[in-house]
This record gives sequence, C-alpha cells and structure tokens, in this order.
Amino acid sequence: MNRREFLRTSVCAAAFAAVSGGAGYLVTRKSTCDGKRPCDQCPQAGDCADDKALSWRAAQPAAWQIDPYKCIQCGKCATTCVLKQSASRCFHAFAVCGYCDLCTGFFEPQPNQLNTAAENQLCPTGAIVRTYVEDPYFQYKIDRDKCIGCSKCVKGCTQFGNGSLFLQIDQNICVKCNQCSIAINCPSRAVRKVPIATPYLLKSKTRTS
Amino acid sequence: MLGILTSSVFICVHLWFSSTAKGEDRFPPPEFRTTYQIPQDQFPARSAPWWDYVDSGLLLAALATAVWLVFYRRSRREVMLLTIFAVAWFGFFRKGCVCPIGSIQNVTEAIATGGALPWVVAVFFALPLLFVLLYGRVFCSSVCPLGAFQDLVSWKGLHVPRWLEESLGLLAYLYLGLACMYAAAGGPYIICQYDPFVPMFRLNGPSHMFFLGGVLLALGVVIGRPYCRFLCPYGVILRLLSRLSRKQVTITPAECINCRLCEKSCPFGAIRLPTTQDKPLPVSAGKRGLISVLAVSPLIIVAMAGVGYLAGPTLALAHRDVQLAQAVMQQDAHAVMPVPDEVKAFRDTGGTAEELYAQLPMLVRRFRIGGALVGVWMGLAIGGKLIAYSIRRRNPDYTADPGTCIACARCFMSCPVELKRRGLISELPVVEAMGKP
Repeated sequence: MNRREFLRTSVCAAAFAAVSGGAGYLVTRKSTCDGKRPCDQCPQAGDCADDKALSWRAAQPAAWQIDPYKCIQCGKCATTCVLKQSASRCFHAFAVCGYCDLCTGFFEPQPNQLNTAAENQLCPTGAIVRTYVEDPYFQYKIDRDKCIGCSKCVKGCTQFGNGSLFLQIDQNICVKCNQCSIAINCPSRAVRKVPIATPYLLKSKTRTS
Repeated sequence: MLGILTSSVFICVHLWFSSTAKGEDRFPPPEFRTTYQIPQDQFPARSAPWWDYVDSGLLLAALATAVWLVFYRRSRREVMLLTIFAVAWFGFFRKGCVCPIGSIQNVTEAIATGGALPWVVAVFFALPLLFVLLYGRVFCSSVCPLGAFQDLVSWKGLHVPRWLEESLGLLAYLYLGLACMYAAAGGPYIICQYDPFVPMFRLNGPSHMFFLGGVLLALGVVIGRPYCRFLCPYGVILRLLSRLSRKQVTITPAECINCRLCEKSCPFGAIRLPTTQDKPLPVSAGKRGLISVLAVSPLIIVAMAGVGYLAGPTLALAHRDVQLAQAVMQQDAHAVMPVPDEVKAFRDTGGTAEELYAQLPMLVRRFRIGGALVGVWMGLAIGGKLIAYSIRRRNPDYTADPGTCIACARCFMSCPVELKRRGLISELPVVEAMGKP
C-alpha cells in the first residue's frame, strides 16, 4: 500500500464513521427547542404551538395536523395537498352538534326547501348524509370517502352554528410529505406537526372511541 | 316555512350575540326523547408504520442487489431490470417520498435547530452514502427513482465538452447550498418543491413542475441524465464521496487493451480517456497554472461570499414571515381587495404590523449570513474545480471516472476483454499501440 492509497483509505474510513455516527447521533439525541430545553421536559411535549418560532418545523418525528381553532376555512386544503383528493377531510364532533333542522353546514344560504335536493346542499360532492332523528332534530354524518376538504360546510357551521364540523388531516390517507404542502400554503398557519401518539387536534368537546 | 323563519331569526340573534364568543354553545345539544345515542366520530389511525421498515429494507436490498449486479454479474440487462423496479416501487408506488435527495434538508434542519431526525429519514440519507464509500455510485445507477426514470429514456449520449459539463455541474452545488441554507434558516424545502419527477410519479402536481420534468426527460433522451449531472444536490455529495470509494467500477474486467471501443459507450461522459504522448505538457506550465489557480481561489471565495451577502434580502423573500410582512405592507398601503387570506388571518391573531416588521431585520441578517455561507461554498466549489482542471494526472487506460460514473454498466459490453471473458468472442482485436503512452 503506497502513501496515496493509505491516505484514501483513512479518509474513506473517517467519512464512513462520520456518516453512520452522525446519522445515529441525530436519531437518538433528544430534540430541543432551538437547542435549549429538551422536548421531553417541555410541558407541551413536542406539540410546539409557538406560532412565531418553530411551529411548522420538526421538533420530533411527528404527524401533520390542522388546528381547528386556527383554521379560517379558506379552502386551500382542497387544492394544495399533493394528493388529487386532499388528505384534509371534514370530521364531525357529534357532541358539539346542535342537530339543527336548518344546518348551516349542510344547506346553502337561503335554501329553497329544507330537503336533501342537490341545489339546497352546500357540499359540492354530497358527502354529508342527513338523517332524521326526531322532531326537530337531524343527524349529519360525513362520508369521508367523498369529502374533498373544501371546508364549505366547516365555514357554514363555524360561522353560524356550533362549529361541530372541522377539518383534519386524515392520518390514514396522508402520505406524510417531508414538508406538508398544505402547511406551507395555509394562510393562517393552522397546520403544524403534532406527536404521532395523538395525531388529531380535536374540538374541545369531541369524544373519541 | 315557519321552520326556516324561526331558524333564521335564531341565527341572526345568535350571530348578534356570539360575534366574540367561540360559538360552540350557540345551539345547546338536544335532549333526545327517543333512544338515539350520540355517535362517536372515528379518527382513522395513522397508516401502517411498517411501511417505514419495508421501505428501509427494500432500499438496503436494492443497494446490495445493485452492487451484486454491477460488480459481480456485470450485467447491463439485470441492472436495467432493477432500474425498472426502482421507478415502479420507489417512484410510482411509494410516490417518491421519502427520498435521499430531500432528506438532505431534514438532516440540515435537525443539525441547525436541534431537532431530532426520524430514523427512516436518517436511513435514507445515510445508506446510499455508506454504499458510495464502499462501492461508488450504485445508488444512482438503479436505486434512485429519479435517476432510474431518466436512465430509462436515455437513448443517445451527446458529448458535452468538459468545460460545459463542469460549469453546468456548478448548478448542483448552488442548489445544494441554497437547499441547506433554506432548511437551516426556516425557509421552504426547495428540493421537494422543485422536484421535477415527483409530480409525474404522483400523476398530480403544479403544471410548471410537470413542464420542467418533461423538459428534463426530453433532454435526457439525447443528453444522458441531465438532472443527475447538472442539478441533483445529493449527487454533489455522492460525487465527492465516490472518489474515496473502496471499490470502483472498471470498464474492463482485466487489463485494458486501449482498443477505444468503449470510448463512445458512456452517455454520461464518465469515461476518462488515456493521456496520450502527443500532447505532452511541460511541468513548469502545469505548475504555473496551479499556482495561479491557488492564488485566484481565495479571491473567488471572497467575491462569491460578497455576492451571497448582497443577495441576502432577495433570498429572504422566500421566508414565510417576510412574505406575510410584504402582504400586510401591501394591504396597508393600497387596501388590496379582497383582503388576502393570510393578512386576514394575521389580523385575527391580534398581531400588529409593527411586531411583524420588527422581525424583518433579524430575518434579513440571517439570510445575509446564509447567503454569504452559500457564497463561500460556491467559491470552494469553483476553486476546487479549477484546481482539478489544472492538475493533469497520468492515466494510461480507459477508466471510468470515479466521481461521475454512475455505475450503469453500459460500457461493460463494449469491452472486448469482457466479451472474451463471457466466451462471446474467442480472439481479442489487435490494437495498434498508437494511443498507448
């Protein structure tokens, strides 16, 4: 082995050690907020809500999610997701719902009649199923396979009703992009990374099974 | 009708009173007389986590297979099959994400902000690099879906003169520098946003990206792998590390006989011709060239750093907060109608324009420093290229350049020594020793 060969081998070995060691270190180290307090000692436990600083950046391996209280129902979710049918879908917190006959999330403003005829419905894909419960209450259920996340119903419900309809990123559909395309286009910065263990940001009274 | 009326009145009244409240109690939850139970909404669980294991395992398997095919089987056809698999699996099926090219940004951001790196991203970033250190750019040959996609359309390899190849190659250095800078400074992930082929894999994406991808593919028909050679930021790292690799692709399985048959077989311009005796270069001229390059390099670095520093405010325009400040400023000055969503949302949070503007100097300073660092990086890249250009190494045989060779195995079958090894020909051609130094 001559001198050049020896040098090359040592540099190669050093680079090998640096790449594997560096990657291992980055994976195993405790994540921090700007190099200060480790996230596992933070009361927010990685669910970093500090909007001005690092909210949409990775603090730890996480899922992308929409904060329903920050969402302004602009409709960009429907068009900016990398998926053809956006991973952002409408969810319904039944416990918050008023079961109104004139549901402002279901009906167009000033509908002709309070029935399920297409011209009366807000939803462009007919994804809301309206069923009679008892006088004067109706149940509204989202057919999420049809939902395109356009937020028309969410807007109607939030502006004039209880706000039981809200947008969430369906974690089963989300392809977990490196940098969420919805997040970088969301005008109210409602999309942020949340811990994998609790990947939904719910309305206060939502009950999950 | 009465129902509508009462409800409308109800709504109006509620609107009136609840303009400030969060409004979750506008309509009290009903007390049902029937046995109706309030259903619970289902929140679909995260899609199976074992995809991460499958992807990492397949990446490792594909890299190992590529090494086996290139170094031991030496078979272009089998490499091609792996190429098709990579496009189908990592490209069209897994939609090109997570990918080692984009992972550069996650790694930079994790280093810069003190965040942790998801292990699957670390695997995708590190595995190809480790393989490069051992076996050269086998990742590029048939595992990277972007490279594989271009490889499949590569039909002719028009010769790109070295000066053009090297200067266009600087674009990749710039791309890498900017991507790292933006990832570290809280800007967009430009590698992911401007990935030319991922929209094709997803069959969905912005039209300008489809256009760029189409142009690169069309170019790729006559100029081999334009993205890999002139743009790929990961390729920059691979190229540097590949020069150190333990095992390197050799065109011939044994001794080169200088028959020149492989000369045109590489569509990517990676075959280094032997240095011939008819153009001897006096040592003094070479020394003078090297000394002048070494003298000029620091000046280039300083100049590029200056350019980067001056470009700071322009670079900062890609940052969200700067864009928001611009929109707010525009709105305040011209009362743009309708009010842009982000401005409305910003006003709703109760933030004032002054608070927003107060951040701007800090951000601009951050991007000035970032720009200067990118400038230094570019200066180093240019200087390094000039030095490499001015040093002439003696090279007796036709060899695959360890930096630019992407181990596609195209040249193997053009080598008569290889053909003889396979028993396809019995005699080696007689070569006049004209080119041999």
